[in-house]
Parts: sequence; C-alpha cells; structure tokens
Amino acid sequence: MGKILTRMGDGSRVEMTAAEIQQDLEAAAQDAAERANVPSLTDDEIKYLLDLYKCKDRVVGVEEGKECCLTYDNMTSKIKRAHIPISKIQQLLLFERGLGADTLELAHIDYSFKQCKHVVQYEKPNMEQAVLQTIAPIFYGSMPNLGLYSVPDGPVANPGDMLPLGKIEESKEAFEQMAEYAIKDMVYVGSELYEKAGADGINFDTTAAAGDAEFYAALKAAEILHDKYPDMGIEMGMSGEFILGLHSEIEYNGVRLAGLYPQDQVKLAEQAGVTIFGPAINIGTNESLPWNLARSIVFTKACSEAAEIPIHANLGMGVGGVPLTLTPPLDALSRASKAHVELCRLDGL
Amino acid sequence: MRAAGDLVARMQMTRGMRIQEAKAYVADRLSIAVSELTDPVIMTEVREDLQIGALTPLPECAKGIEAKFRIADVLGIDINCVQRFKTKTTHQFRR
Repeated sequence: MGKILTRMGDGSRVEMTAAEIQQDLEAAAQDAAERANVPSLTDDEIKYLLDLYKCKDRVVGVEEGKECCLTYDNMTSKIKRAHIPISKIQQLLLFERGLGADTLELAHIDYSFKQCKHVVQYEKPNMEQAVLQTIAPIFYGSMPNLGLYSVPDGPVANPGDMLPLGKIEESKEAFEQMAEYAIKDMVYVGSELYEKAGADGINFDTTAAAGDAEFYAALKAAEILHDKYPDMGIEMGMSGEFILGLHSEIEYNGVRLAGLYPQDQVKLAEQAGVTIFGPAINIGTNESLPWNLARSIVFTKACSEAAEIPIHANLGMGVGGVPLTLTPPLDALSRASKAHVELCRLDGL
Repeated sequence: MRAAGDLVARMQMTRGMRIQEAKAYVADRLSIAVSELTDPVIMTEVREDLQIGALTPLPECAKGIEAKFRIADVLGIDINCVQRFKTKTTHQFRR
C-alpha cells in the first residue's frame, strides 16, 4: 500500500505509511495512558484507528445506532464572528431550523461570566423571546475566565506578578479571592437567565483555563445553582486534559484539584450537580493527527467509563483530535468524531 | 431537530441520562422503536402527529412554545420556560 494522506495537528497535509501511523497511534496511546494512569488502547482499537486512516472516504460517520446529541459552545458568536449581521434570536432560529441543531446556546460576544454580568439585563429579553420561538433546549453559555478578576482587568492582585517574586501565599490568597468573585458572578448570571428568563440550562465553557482555582469556582457555582434549581441542566466543558496547579492546594469535597485528569474531573462535576460533562484534550500541533487522536481517545474513554452522567467530548478546532485551524477539514473532523463516539461510547459531542 | 436529537438531549440535560437510556426513554414515550429516533422521515411524521414541532413546520403545526407545551406533556417532564409561561399567563404576576 502506498502512502496515506493525513494531517498534522495544525491542519497541514502530510503523507505517512501505515507503519508510521501505527507507530504514532501506539506511542500517543502509551503516553496518555502513563500520564493519566489509565488503560492504553487495545490492539483492536489501534487497528480500528489505523483502518480509519487507511479508508479513502473523504467523510466518515458513526454506525447506525450510535448516533449522539450535539451541544455547542459560544453558538451565537459563531455567526457574529463570520460578520453576518443578524440578531442572536435569528441566529438561534437558524441553528435550529436551518442547521438542525439538537440544542441551542445563547451567548454574549464577550464570552465570560464577568462580562455577561454587565449586560444581563439585555441578555434576559433575548432569552425570554428565544424560548418563545424555539423548540430545542437552550443553554446560556459563558466561560468562568478567572483571569479577568486580577489586575489590570479586575480587583484582585495578579498572582502572575507575585509568583515570580516568590510570594506564594499571597498568590494563593489572590486565587481564592478571584474564585469567590467568579462564583458570585456565575451564580448571578445563571440564576437570572434560568429563573427569570426561562433558559433550560447553563453551560460553563472552557472551564479551568486559569487552573485549579477556576475549576473550584465553576464546581462551587454549579453546586449552588443545582441546589437552587434541581431541574436546571448544567453543562461543564473543560479547557484541557490536565488541571493546572496554579494555586496547587485548593480542594473540592476533600479532593485536591491540581493535576486531575478527565476521569477524576467528571466525578467532582457529578458531585457538584453537573448534568453533562465535556472533557477537552488539547492538540499537539507538531504531531500527526493519528498521534493526537489516539491520545485524545485514551483520556476521553477513561472519562466516559468513569462517568454516570452524559459525556459530550469537546471536538473542535484544537481539541479532541481536530486540527487547530479556523476551518476544520471534514476528513479530520469526521474521523475524530466517529472514533471518539464509537470507541469512547460518548453520549454527545 | 432533524429527527429526535432535541428530545434525547432534553433527557440528558434535565435527568442526566446517558445516551442509550435517554434514547430508550424517548422512544418509549413516543411509542416508536429506538432505531426510528434518528430517521428524519419517520420522525417528521411523528412530530407532526404529536404536534411537537418540526424542522420545516407546515401551516397550523405547533411552533415554538406551543410545541414545547406538547413536548413537556409527551416526555413527562417540566420545561422551565413552559412553567414560566403558565405562571405569567395564569397567575397574577408579582415581582
């Protein structure tokens, strides 16, 4: 067999032999398994992935019976980003009836809860009107984005300035203060959109981008919202496979958050009342897509097996074995989607 | 929305059901087979019959909140905006 056309993590095209692909699949699976202390891929799973890359079909899909639901992040900003001048309510109608979306998500263009707080009185009428006109369940989505709570964007001293000076305790206190501000904003925005505007749920997107203190803040906010509104749908999508220990000692329900991998992250999300969890596995742009896909599947499969709630893995530009490009190639996107759903038994993407 | 994805997603969101459980629940409530949930031809007929909204709703078909009233009834769940609609329209609104 000749060379197989695939891509690198940055989307650029590359030709590889079957042996080279198999080598990348095995190496990445082993690497991920060792990092997260979870099982690697079986020989059958490696063969499945190799066959997926040998297949010359431009687009592939899941087997009948394995179809799953789709949730979205930053949905209404996608249309805005393309500079199509239509309202957010029109965008939601377009996603629902033009594109057949299973779920909808209203979002503010500045996709952080802190920024949404300022415009919540303008977001509520959008949600109020959207729920009258749409049929699919609708989230209000945003990011915890803890970084916005430190100087120069927020009121708290910046841990990034203090850590190089060796002010470890002061940095930890700053992270804890930032978390408290973030929790307050997330609960406020979530409550307003759910209780007063009729949303079906809240989506915490790109969670833990600022590390363990941000993960703590999102878990606490989810816990408070779940206690207030037991029927609220709460989705938590992550920012990466590994919780960065920028605080390093912060805990949730007695579990230290720094260094957790998806199979442990989801257990805490369940305890907090999250109803859909989205692991996010970052792309290595200088590695091949087979390498990236195998790595992502090892982490995601362990998460799905540990979970009792639905798992909607993040598959998009730069995560889940999809290249880091603005326009993901369908050959890559469809292969990553099929492999994740079938090997990880996912509930959605 | 092309078939039954929104209905299955509702059970995932509100009840935390995993995909196979959610599909089985929805299929049972619609009195169809699980394999029919993803067939847009069958589901368009089912959705029109049950008045639970469709991708291309014909005149006189339930739309928007009307369809969600029916979905809440068919799936046996509370939908937040449906409850809110009832409160706003059947009780004196108090802040």
